[in-house]
Amino acid sequence: MPVNDLPVNDMPVSEEYKPATKNSSEDSEPAIVIDQITKSFGSQKVLDGVSFQVQRGETLAILGRSGTGKSVLLRIIVGLEPPDSGKPLILGTNMSQASIAEINSVRKQMGFLFQHAALYDSLTVAENVAFPLIHHRPKMSASERSDCVHALLQEVGLEGHSEKMPSDISGGMQKRAGLARALALDPVILLLDEPTAGLDPISSGEIDELILKLQKEHQMASIVVTHDMVSAKTIATRIALMDKGKIIIQGTIEELQKSDEAFVTQFLHRDF
Amino acid sequence: MSSTPSVLPSNVSSRNSRPNPITATLEWFGELGIFVWTVIKAAVTPPFQIAEFGRQLDEIGAKSVPLVILAGSAIGVVLALETRYSLVRFGAKSLLPATIVFAVVTEMSPIITGLVVSGRVGAGIGAELAAMKVTEQIDAIEASAVDPHKLLAATRIAACIVAMPLLTVAASFFGIFCGWITATLMEPVSLMRFINEGFKGAAFKDLLPPTFKTCVYGMIIGTVACFQGMRTRGGAEGVGRAATTSVVLSSLFLILSDVVLVKVIQLLFP
Repeated sequence: MPVNDLPVNDMPVSEEYKPATKNSSEDSEPAIVIDQITKSFGSQKVLDGVSFQVQRGETLAILGRSGTGKSVLLRIIVGLEPPDSGKPLILGTNMSQASIAEINSVRKQMGFLFQHAALYDSLTVAENVAFPLIHHRPKMSASERSDCVHALLQEVGLEGHSEKMPSDISGGMQKRAGLARALALDPVILLLDEPTAGLDPISSGEIDELILKLQKEHQMASIVVTHDMVSAKTIATRIALMDKGKIIIQGTIEELQKSDEAFVTQFLHRDF
Repeated sequence: MSSTPSVLPSNVSSRNSRPNPITATLEWFGELGIFVWTVIKAAVTPPFQIAEFGRQLDEIGAKSVPLVILAGSAIGVVLALETRYSLVRFGAKSLLPATIVFAVVTEMSPIITGLVVSGRVGAGIGAELAAMKVTEQIDAIEASAVDPHKLLAATRIAACIVAMPLLTVAASFFGIFCGWITATLMEPVSLMRFINEGFKGAAFKDLLPPTFKTCVYGMIIGTVACFQGMRTRGGAEGVGRAATTSVVLSSLFLILSDVVLVKVIQLLFP
């Protein structure tokens, strides 16, 4: 029986992924600490006391129903949105209270893959990937930058598409280009907003394998926001389930499977 | 930091309440003031986006030249046709060159150039930035630790300010030239004589201040278009609305500012 046809609980965890070992005191500090974050838009509370931590080398998948504020959480982490209360501590910096210079200093150590890749449509694929290098590595020569871009595109499997415009490539390829751009500055933290949304199962599997490979090589603290249980099972070391603005459970897939909460059981068996 | 996400949770309406028109207008001007201050701070702090400024100068300035020349030429022809008849009637045919030159340089060329650029560039900038906003490209720029006000807005506004007087000079040149052609077709007069008669008695205040007032027009067009584009919400509908309101508002403010600027020039250069 093909892997994708197995019930979720019986799917094998990828043998390739192993969490990073803690080698230094620096690595023992969580890269991301989210402490009691709340956020409302008007009368609608979308985040209600969300808390979690992510270490380097770890991938946390945050799942929940569509439209429940998961993307808003990522926006708070990267500093695009201020929380109403709580502390988003990213690499020790409180993103809700820091100056713009401090926030940008943290952002240079983060890579963000937006839900629809958000490639700059007036630039080629190569120019998109080069964008962070142009703005934050001014001493890099043009040839060094070109080599770096080529290496990144090769890493994500887009080496033959560097001169194409974003509108000329498929959705899956746009996600790969977005991933390459997110990795341009060799980030410590990687944020992925629904990386497999809108993709066919084969493309989704390819993106999952790519994320696994990149995580193994770069050992980043990663957060993946998704409602794709199959994808989460493949790439995550821990999973957090959100419902009504709260994280109702977080842990490994085995720990989640032991839960008898109706929402958890329903989500794991993909009855949505 | 953005305060209004381009994508809200699905069950939060972006039209929960409709403020009254007066409140909405005051809020608009308030947000515009904050936007202008943010852009000014971004524009004067390094690093400077010279390459992007150059690209925008080409897009806004160089690519508007054909349209501006066409508009300026038409103005010259119309002025020559319309004013000749009146001047002949009152026995002042010899004033035709000066009438055309002064009308073109002091008012017609600046305002027509402003309106043409407002339509082409204002709509283009408004739509481009609105599309970037709704597809999270502006958020991606900000998440990359690059200031979108510096990269997108300041460069475009600066390009508009620099390009406008240059485009106005082009429009004035072709307006005067085509005015001469039209006049010559009705009654032959040499170009040299036409120019000499046209600029006889012209002073600094007649020629340069009206041309440089178009810098203010450029600032208005760039600022309104960038502001409307970068605050867009609502998908394709929002993009269309941004393009339309960019043109309408920049044209309106341009004309209103002309009323003020004409008086300011008269006061500064009596």
